[in-house]
Amino acid sequence: MDADKNFVVGIFNDEDVLLDGIRKVRSSGVKIQEVYSPFPVHGIDDALGYKKSRLPIAAFIFGMTGTSLALLMQIWMLGFDWPMIIGGKNFASLPPFIPVTFELTVLLSALGMVGTFMIVSDMKPYKWPRQYDIRSTEDMHVMAIDLAVNAGKSKDELKRLLNESGAVEVNEKSFE
Amino acid sequence: MGHSTIVEEKFIFTPEAKRKIIILLGVGIFLFIVGLWLATKGGHDDHAEGHSHAATQQLVASIDEAVAHEDHTEGEHHHGTATWLKRMYTTLWMNNIYFVGLGIIGLFFVAIQYAAQAGWSAGVKRIPLAMGHWLPVAFGLTVVLWFISNHDIFHWTHSYLYDKSGSSYDEIIDGKAPYFYWPGEPGGFPIFYIARMVIFFGMWYWFFTMIKKNMMAEDIEGDSKYWFKNRSISAWFLVFFAVSSSVAAWDWVMSIDTHWFSTMFGWYVFASWWVTALAMITLIVVYLKEAGYLKVVNANHLHDLGKFVFAFSIFWTYIWFSQFLLIYYANIPEETVYFIERMSTSPYSWIFFTNLIMNFVLPFLLLMTRDAKRHLSMLKVVCPIIIVGHWFDFYNMVTPGVMQNDGGLGLLEIGTAFIFLAAFLWITLSSLSKMPLFGKNHPLLEESLHHHI
Repeated sequence: MDADKNFVVGIFNDEDVLLDGIRKVRSSGVKIQEVYSPFPVHGIDDALGYKKSRLPIAAFIFGMTGTSLALLMQIWMLGFDWPMIIGGKNFASLPPFIPVTFELTVLLSALGMVGTFMIVSDMKPYKWPRQYDIRSTEDMHVMAIDLAVNAGKSKDELKRLLNESGAVEVNEKSFE
Repeated sequence: MGHSTIVEEKFIFTPEAKRKIIILLGVGIFLFIVGLWLATKGGHDDHAEGHSHAATQQLVASIDEAVAHEDHTEGEHHHGTATWLKRMYTTLWMNNIYFVGLGIIGLFFVAIQYAAQAGWSAGVKRIPLAMGHWLPVAFGLTVVLWFISNHDIFHWTHSYLYDKSGSSYDEIIDGKAPYFYWPGEPGGFPIFYIARMVIFFGMWYWFFTMIKKNMMAEDIEGDSKYWFKNRSISAWFLVFFAVSSSVAAWDWVMSIDTHWFSTMFGWYVFASWWVTALAMITLIVVYLKEAGYLKVVNANHLHDLGKFVFAFSIFWTYIWFSQFLLIYYANIPEETVYFIERMSTSPYSWIFFTNLIMNFVLPFLLLMTRDAKRHLSMLKVVCPIIIVGHWFDFYNMVTPGVMQNDGGLGLLEIGTAFIFLAAFLWITLSSLSKMPLFGKNHPLLEESLHHHI
């Protein structure tokens, strides 16, 4: 069996049941591939045991890059490349540079964060996400379990586990 | 957590805590007396001297020119009050205004929680409410201090400024006279000014008692109608406070530099008061948690308080910078003199920059991460920095305008701050001990218990 190809898919219709189900499935040693929800479910990342995101660190680094670039750009432009006398101020004086510096910090931090997120989540043009069950975009929570990853358990065991965990429907799904 | 686990808590103002506050008061009085004695001996003691002296020497000359006009008029009439006495009045007034902020923001915090129908804060609202008990004390202190020290602190109170035939006639201040004296004669009793002071404090205290009364009634009767009543009272209070906080800032702080004005000043004082009080609320919550109180408060609520402190430190910086940049860029002498006095005049320069470091750089970097806002240890570091930092902020708003080059920051100022802090903590903690630590019948308490971010 190839990894990332064959899945057991549990359908849940209630987020509280889903959260309990996630805990139950995980406590029996089964690895969950992913859970899809039509709306954000509070506490689901804790239940799934996701590690704390490191995105804020990326945001900080991009922000600092923005700060430095903005200051360097303005100091170079107004201090060295094309000095202009404005209101008798020094060529390279800090206070008027702050608004631009602020804006570039925010801009680079935001764009960098979006970019990082898209790369980390493998979201790119012409990449079509796998659809485990179309109802995850409407009114059902969908839990996907990779059969190859959980080779220790049979398909029937996994299906039973999902049923016991409160899934209203358990399906199989294979991808090419 | 269900409803059954909520146990009503009561804060006990222990003899141990009382003793510590009395020691703080004692140290404050001691420092105050020693500081005053030093001030009588040699003008200003040397704490503030020596920093960046050389760098500012040449700039001082230009300021002297800029303020020469004011000095000139004051020089003629002002040989009455000794420098040390003026310095004492200044620090008393400055500390008083700083602590007025902690009191009124206590009420303001409660009011915005009601007006915004906030659920998360249901467990912590009694702490700002207790801080509001400072208002009547602040009322008395403000009025008394104003009448004792008005001529020494507020240049505009001198009647000779309004005497058209006199040599010290000041056209600019005369133009502003109605703001202080209406409907009376310029130079007489400032009816409008004093009326505003009395109305603001009176109304603030009235709103405070109304909101408190409803909160206490809710504890006993458990009817959610008190919450709805408080929501409307809070909305009215916020409207009143929007105007009164700005005008109070002009009256009590900005009018010291009578010639100068800034359209941002009301916001600036408010922002400073607000973030200081947020830090104080957070710090008291942290200490109560450490003492084993406030079971209803967990890391999520601390996170929200931390976000408040973090966000409004940045808000204060934004206001500070907006005020500074416009004045810096326009470079109009009558406006820039305000910053020259503070930024490059000898006793104040280091305070000016310390202010920015303590109130922006440090909170911004230290409270940036999620964990920092959720843990008692980091909040315990940052909140005192902000509380002290904004004390410097108020010092720099008030002192240079009154004392010019004679100002100082020494034992006298520190002692006064200790005395005020001890009194404020005493009032706050003793009021807190007289009511339940949170409203067990607050309609949103259940929501607060499940608060998760």
